Amino acid sequence: MSHSSPTPAYEKAGLADRLPGWLVPRVTGLHVAALLIALMLIGLLLVPVAQVVIVAFQDPATGAATLQNFVDFFRTSLFRESFWNSFYVSAMSVVVATCIALPLAYITTRFVFSGSILIQSLGFIPLIMPPFVGAVAMQLIFGRNGTINLLLRDWFGFDIPFMEGLNGVILVQSIHYFPFILINLSASLRNVDRSMEEAAQNLGSHGMRLFRRIVFPLAMPGYIAGAALVFIKVFDDLGTPLLLNVNNMLAPQAFLRISSIGISDPMGYVISVILVLFSMLSLWASFLFMRGKDYATVQKGGGGMAKRVLRPMEKALAYAVVIFILLVVLSPHFGLLLLSFGTIWSYAPLPDGYTLENYVTMWESSKTYILNTVLYAGIAATLDVIIGTAIAYIVIRTGIFGRKALDYLATAALAVPGVVLGIGYLRTFHSIDVPFVGTPLASWWVIIALALMIRRLPYALRACTAALQQVSLALEEAAECLGATKRRTIQKVVVPLMSGGILAGFVTSFATAAVELSATIMLVSSNSDAPLSYGIYLFMQTPSGRGAGAALGIVAVIVVAIGTIASQIIIERDKKLRASGDQG
Amino acid sequence: MRSTILTSVAALALTASGAMADGTITVITSFPDSMTGPIEAAFEAAHPDYDLEILNKKTSAGVKYIQEIAGDNTADIFWASAPDAFEVLKSNDLLARVEIASEGIPDKIGAYPLNDPGGYYFGLAGAGYGIMWNERYLKANDLEPATEWSDLAKPEYHGHVGMSAPSRSGTTHLTVETLLQGDGWDEGWAKWKRIAGNFSTVTERSFGVPDGVNTGNFGLGIVIDFFGFSSRASGFPVDFAYPTITALVPANVAVVNDAPNAEGAVAFIEYLLTPEGQAVLLDPAIMRLPINPATYAQAPEGFPNPFEDATIGATVEFDVEKSGARYNLVNSLFDVMITYRLGDLRDAVGAIQAAEAAVAESGNAEAQKLIDEAWALIDASPIDEAKSLDPEFNAVFTKSRKKAEDEVEARQAEIEQEWDTMVVENYRKAKELAEQAAEM
Repeated sequence: MSHSSPTPAYEKAGLADRLPGWLVPRVTGLHVAALLIALMLIGLLLVPVAQVVIVAFQDPATGAATLQNFVDFFRTSLFRESFWNSFYVSAMSVVVATCIALPLAYITTRFVFSGSILIQSLGFIPLIMPPFVGAVAMQLIFGRNGTINLLLRDWFGFDIPFMEGLNGVILVQSIHYFPFILINLSASLRNVDRSMEEAAQNLGSHGMRLFRRIVFPLAMPGYIAGAALVFIKVFDDLGTPLLLNVNNMLAPQAFLRISSIGISDPMGYVISVILVLFSMLSLWASFLFMRGKDYATVQKGGGGMAKRVLRPMEKALAYAVVIFILLVVLSPHFGLLLLSFGTIWSYAPLPDGYTLENYVTMWESSKTYILNTVLYAGIAATLDVIIGTAIAYIVIRTGIFGRKALDYLATAALAVPGVVLGIGYLRTFHSIDVPFVGTPLASWWVIIALALMIRRLPYALRACTAALQQVSLALEEAAECLGATKRRTIQKVVVPLMSGGILAGFVTSFATAAVELSATIMLVSSNSDAPLSYGIYLFMQTPSGRGAGAALGIVAVIVVAIGTIASQIIIERDKKLRASGDQG
Repeated sequence: MRSTILTSVAALALTASGAMADGTITVITSFPDSMTGPIEAAFEAAHPDYDLEILNKKTSAGVKYIQEIAGDNTADIFWASAPDAFEVLKSNDLLARVEIASEGIPDKIGAYPLNDPGGYYFGLAGAGYGIMWNERYLKANDLEPATEWSDLAKPEYHGHVGMSAPSRSGTTHLTVETLLQGDGWDEGWAKWKRIAGNFSTVTERSFGVPDGVNTGNFGLGIVIDFFGFSSRASGFPVDFAYPTITALVPANVAVVNDAPNAEGAVAFIEYLLTPEGQAVLLDPAIMRLPINPATYAQAPEGFPNPFEDATIGATVEFDVEKSGARYNLVNSLFDVMITYRLGDLRDAVGAIQAAEAAVAESGNAEAQKLIDEAWALIDASPIDEAKSLDPEFNAVFTKSRKKAEDEVEARQAEIEQEWDTMVVENYRKAKELAEQAAEM
């Protein structure tokens, strides 16, 4: 008879307790929760992706394992071209985004600049417009016969191919994603130790040389982390190339193959495997640079670099740069607004006339879309914060076996592109019927909510982890000393203390799930199941629908904007409460 | 609070599934919401006990979908523009043979029989193919509207034309087949390639073409007629014309084999053929040619009437079986020769057009010979018509494995790669020859 741990006196020493610990382990509620979450993640993330990988390595005629599909892929020039194009577009997007972000970061961190508020808002405005929505508006303004080019041709006789082919995708993506680089770069520049700079200046280095040789290399890790993230997001994005009619890239090719040739086409799966591989590589690179190199400086002399005051000429230049970038960044918003209020916009710098009709049409036909979005995003965000809190608690507070794996699995959802998740779900679930409802699982609306949940889980998890890390263990221990069970402690003490972070996570999850398109477009099987993003895609398919589609796009932008602002307010309020609490 | 969330989620789930009540008719259609919306509203007003559930899928995706769910079918109706898609489904035994009661519907529209003689699918509206253009764009670029297919191959339209691909659009597939059947396989492909040399883009979905013309992204588009009519009716500065070689082909509707609600499906089809159902087609957002001649009395000014105007759609007798037999092959061939190599094709044709302009001035016979050679390279096709109709060869392009012992001999990717190599080489040589000719 052996005990793995002493049992309290009031519990009877029954048979179960006399069995060894490894045969009948002590299972608590948290163990059960961890098991359920693990099963859910495996079923909804690991299995579909594994299915995709397996099919890619399978011969479609015989079902035997083979590398032939991959050989076919690399032998077909279209796919080689798509592969190269995806790579090129992602890399160029990072470059252009850096070109936009670098001057801004430099100005805010190096100089005393009163327009810093302007720059902060620049870091937020692009993110509230989903890129595929912005793509249509950008086409109208920067396209071959869009506003800018028509004016250029009229006044100067030349035009600039902003939106030709891949350039259009690069432009839309960099304008949308440069805030990632701006935020990361600003943060790392701000963390550069002043003493490093002073030492270099003492040795005679200054200006650009100082920046190039000392400051920027020290800020590198933050930059690379942000750049890798932008790289993945552009590489995996389906909506933007689709709406810009650019088909020779990996994600649209996968979508087109599966949707027109069918879920039996092996090429769609091969492309999916390559997308996942590259995403994982970029994610790994991003994490590597966040902790690998030892950029810690010897003396913590005080945060940030010395800020210089600008001379009048320089000030004018700085303002010019910032305002120019602001105008470029606002162009999709502006274009979308014009399109939503415009009557007919055809081969002209501006619409022919303005009307409120589009909003009326949109409102009449989009109630289903908006309701569906609230439903799906609501379910997704709710489940996200529940599961995120649970995983955060299990990882940080317990010693349950496999908790790190759980953490990694949930975060791995970042590396799975939406289109691949959609394909995986279609393949895995199309032969399963939902009990009582009678539809195949793959065309049941709930699967869309589940896909959104999985895709947003890493963000919710991060928010919940950050929130939990701020809750002191002492508070939990105090509660338990007073006799509360684990469950009661979590329910009455931990979760309320985390509430700010949880709410912020919920709101961010909701806002981004509301405008997700890549997985949605694969899984929507009926117009009545469609959410906002799919509704916009549908509207843009008819001549009379573009104005209404733009109006719906504005609704999407407002939803995301409110979500982002709300989450910021909640976090700020939480910080203030905490700060005042500390002082009190 | 948690229990309220759970109960409300459960209630929502139940109500969502409760939509699958009696009288639900599941419709798989490639038509956009702007067309299915008014028709759905009119049908549900006339038959309140039925509820239409629309699943929107591109034609080829819809065919694939029906093939995939065949084992446990949940679809009632397949509703699309392209009769050859229906042929594909019919040959796979996926359509049900039904009796439809209708009045005042003729047997043919143009030269084309409206209904399948076997009773598997039925026409409900007619559509022809043609050229649509943006008036402002043409004016700004000093161009005349094009009214014949061969016009679009003229050098002045270089870089101004847009079209979708047959693999992505049932209606585009029909347009390509119509020209192939009207002009013959070899001449048809030659003409398509010369027109494609003037393309600005190949759009992802058929709607990308009228969209591009409407916004002025490119000046001319090859479209199905109702795209032109509905765009014009929406107020865009565009116009549309039927070329002489066109076919009036019906949009079709059929009951899927083993449908859960066959009765409702038949009721829907019968409604589409009633005078009220036909009149809905004249809605400005839809603008399709009704097949009931009496409906034209309600049509707006300038709306074509194929029953009175005999020139529309009479030149080509569209052979839908031929089209069905080589459906996937034509898709593949177009994509390999045109869609994926558009840049090369455009450059080569542009170079030849420049050379022709130079030769027109200089009159150099040597140069003319080179130009003819170059055109021959552009026009060349990797297979001839006989091969295109060879069932064994076509089987390579249909991956469905009916029995476990079935195996396709050569893989589709391999053949496409062969074609691609030939085509890239041809375009390159043609461009070289043209540049040589231009220098003479």
